[in-house]
Amino acid sequence: MPEIKNYTLNFGPQHPAAHGVLRLVLEMDGEVIVRADPHIGLLHRGTEKLCESKPYNQNIGYMDRLDYVSMMCNEHAYVMAIEKLLGLEIPERAKYIRVMFDEITRILNHLMWIGTHALDVGAMTMFLYAFREREDLMDLYEAVSGARMHATYYRPGGVTRDLPDSMPQYQESRWRSKKEAKRLNQNRQGSMLDFTEDFTRRFPTYVDEYETLLTDNRIWKQRTVGIGVVSAERALQLGFTGPMLRGSGVEWDLRKKQPYEVYDQMDFDIPVGTEGDCYDRYLVRIEEMRQSNRIIIQCIDWLRKNPGIVLTDNHKVAAPRRELLKADMEGLIHHFKLFTEGYTLPEGEVYTSIEHPKGEFGIYLISDGCNKPYRLKIRAPGFAHLSSIHEMAQGHMLADVVAIIGTQDIVFGEIDR
Amino acid sequence: MSEFFHSTFQFLPEPVQYTVYTLLKVVVILVPLFVVVAYYTYAERKVIGYMQMRRGPNRVGPLGLLQPFADMFKLMFKEIIIPTNSNRYLFIIAPVITFAPSMAAWAVIPFNDTLVFSDINAGLLYILAMTSVGVYGVIIAGWASNSKYALLGAMRSAAQIVAYEIAMGFALVGVLMAAGSLNLGEIVGGQRGGLSNWYFIWLFPLFMVFLISGVAETNRAPFDVAEGESEIVAGFHVEYSGMTFAVFFLAEYANMILIAMLTSLLFFGGWLSPVPGLIGDSIGWLFAKTSVFMFLFLWFRATFPRYRYDQIMRLGWKVLLPVTILWLVVEGVLVYFKIGPWSG
Repeated sequence: MPEIKNYTLNFGPQHPAAHGVLRLVLEMDGEVIVRADPHIGLLHRGTEKLCESKPYNQNIGYMDRLDYVSMMCNEHAYVMAIEKLLGLEIPERAKYIRVMFDEITRILNHLMWIGTHALDVGAMTMFLYAFREREDLMDLYEAVSGARMHATYYRPGGVTRDLPDSMPQYQESRWRSKKEAKRLNQNRQGSMLDFTEDFTRRFPTYVDEYETLLTDNRIWKQRTVGIGVVSAERALQLGFTGPMLRGSGVEWDLRKKQPYEVYDQMDFDIPVGTEGDCYDRYLVRIEEMRQSNRIIIQCIDWLRKNPGIVLTDNHKVAAPRRELLKADMEGLIHHFKLFTEGYTLPEGEVYTSIEHPKGEFGIYLISDGCNKPYRLKIRAPGFAHLSSIHEMAQGHMLADVVAIIGTQDIVFGEIDR
Repeated sequence: MSEFFHSTFQFLPEPVQYTVYTLLKVVVILVPLFVVVAYYTYAERKVIGYMQMRRGPNRVGPLGLLQPFADMFKLMFKEIIIPTNSNRYLFIIAPVITFAPSMAAWAVIPFNDTLVFSDINAGLLYILAMTSVGVYGVIIAGWASNSKYALLGAMRSAAQIVAYEIAMGFALVGVLMAAGSLNLGEIVGGQRGGLSNWYFIWLFPLFMVFLISGVAETNRAPFDVAEGESEIVAGFHVEYSGMTFAVFFLAEYANMILIAMLTSLLFFGGWLSPVPGLIGDSIGWLFAKTSVFMFLFLWFRATFPRYRYDQIMRLGWKVLLPVTILWLVVEGVLVYFKIGPWSG
């Protein structure tokens, strides 16, 4: 009688559920996974090395491209590292703007996650629902920085510019009638804050909509409950952070445990799971979206009442205002120096981390006193999560691997760097 | 119509007359079927589009109405790539094996009292046989492609069809008991007398089982594990392109329409009017009822996540099958004591 052998299945990198360029080599016993071996590096661009050859400010753009669904959070960790080494104080208003955009980014990221996760499990409509809301948030990015994704909005010392007084408008076109354009522009008449406030009012009902589609759906529960279970202890050992850790029942959130910017003044809760399966992580992320919405509302409230500068007036690190260039010799020199040579950081090393939508995103920066980083190490949360895929997927079926990849919320921009 | 045809073409010899007449009937059934399939794909994209707050196709022709033809031409002119290590002969024959039965099944579908291609006594059995043969094409396609994804899809499909064919067969036994005939025309005839006499009321559990098995039989969401896009890419037809793919596609949609029509014939009185006193019976009723079930197929796809393969098996064997058997017993008791529609 012939011996029954396991077979290997090459999953990706060109696979609809590979979330970019994940390549998994699966050893399978029929439909059951015996071993899952992730192969990474297909999106490696050498970001860490590239950063060593650019003045500090020019590296901000690279940070956007790490985790390309939560752009501003990556920037945040990087500019915080520079500020910490410089000992730079930033204006209060900039802190609130950063917190607001961190939370907008968190919602952006979680919407992307719920869309792709549900699509992987087969609920196609969820994907388009999530992208409808993402559109509004992308418009906020666009309003504030001019770019819908790779914003490069944060700077050491604050943010590039204050929140705009108007929102970009829809134009009439061959495919969009005047009436339609007018309807779409209805809530874009006021300032950016007005539009954001309007969004925060609408958003909870959208989340309810997602929950009616998924939370009590029998099929969704069958596909996620008890899948990819990680115990709290094991999650800590594996280096999990963010919703992956909280889904396993560990109450750990950098926004609470070591507050940065103005998170200590914000009123919000940290959702924690109990079982550590895909369904718990789903619930945690859904609740996080609601909590982010709460934080955004508080930021809007503060930002309305407190106008002020948003970028430090230390012109060694931040460009002077445009009109100063024409009238003031010193301003011109600052401008020239900043955009050619940049600025130097004192010798030393620093580690800063923020509560990124996916977990703890850290920047470890060594400066040798030059105008470029001597070494920059990026701590990407997705890397630790993906490393555990074998442990999470073992003994499950092929369809569950897809659910587990979805629940890990991996983005290859940050894993491969 | 038959007499008219035969008198017009009297000059032809008898066997030729017969052949031409039969072929003509085939064309009369299949051409509208193809048109419906084409516009069913369009309707699917539009309906799901609006459910997902987008517009669906709207570029080719007014409201995108020419989209199905654009798709068809595209597929016709695409190269058919035959994988290097595949079994060439089986690879080509597989789509045909799936396609032919899905067309042949239409032979016994009655459109009203008289309009039926072939009025055979064992119509229901014939349909069961035809829908089962289709799965051979899927299995052969999966095997001949020499791809692991395709093979996985084929294996899943085979197991799924076996499980759901049985549940479906048992659900049909209930209909058979109620009508006392395997002939589809007589089954519809047995439901005469308005809404209250339609079988779905007394056979409601069987109707549900039939509908669910029907969705599973046609490999549609949420039971589309055989092609499970996000797991095994496209399952059994992952290696197919151009017309070979289109033929699989046609078969799938023809099967969906067939299941929708069967549901309305077996449980919803086919062409019979729900209120016979007010509005007469007409073929329009049949099409209206069928459209409702066709819409359901699309609605399911937009709403539900996909089952896992073993969960589908569990549902088929452990839920649907016991339900049908239980209801057959209940029905037997009803028949024995002459309760409800069996009182007369």
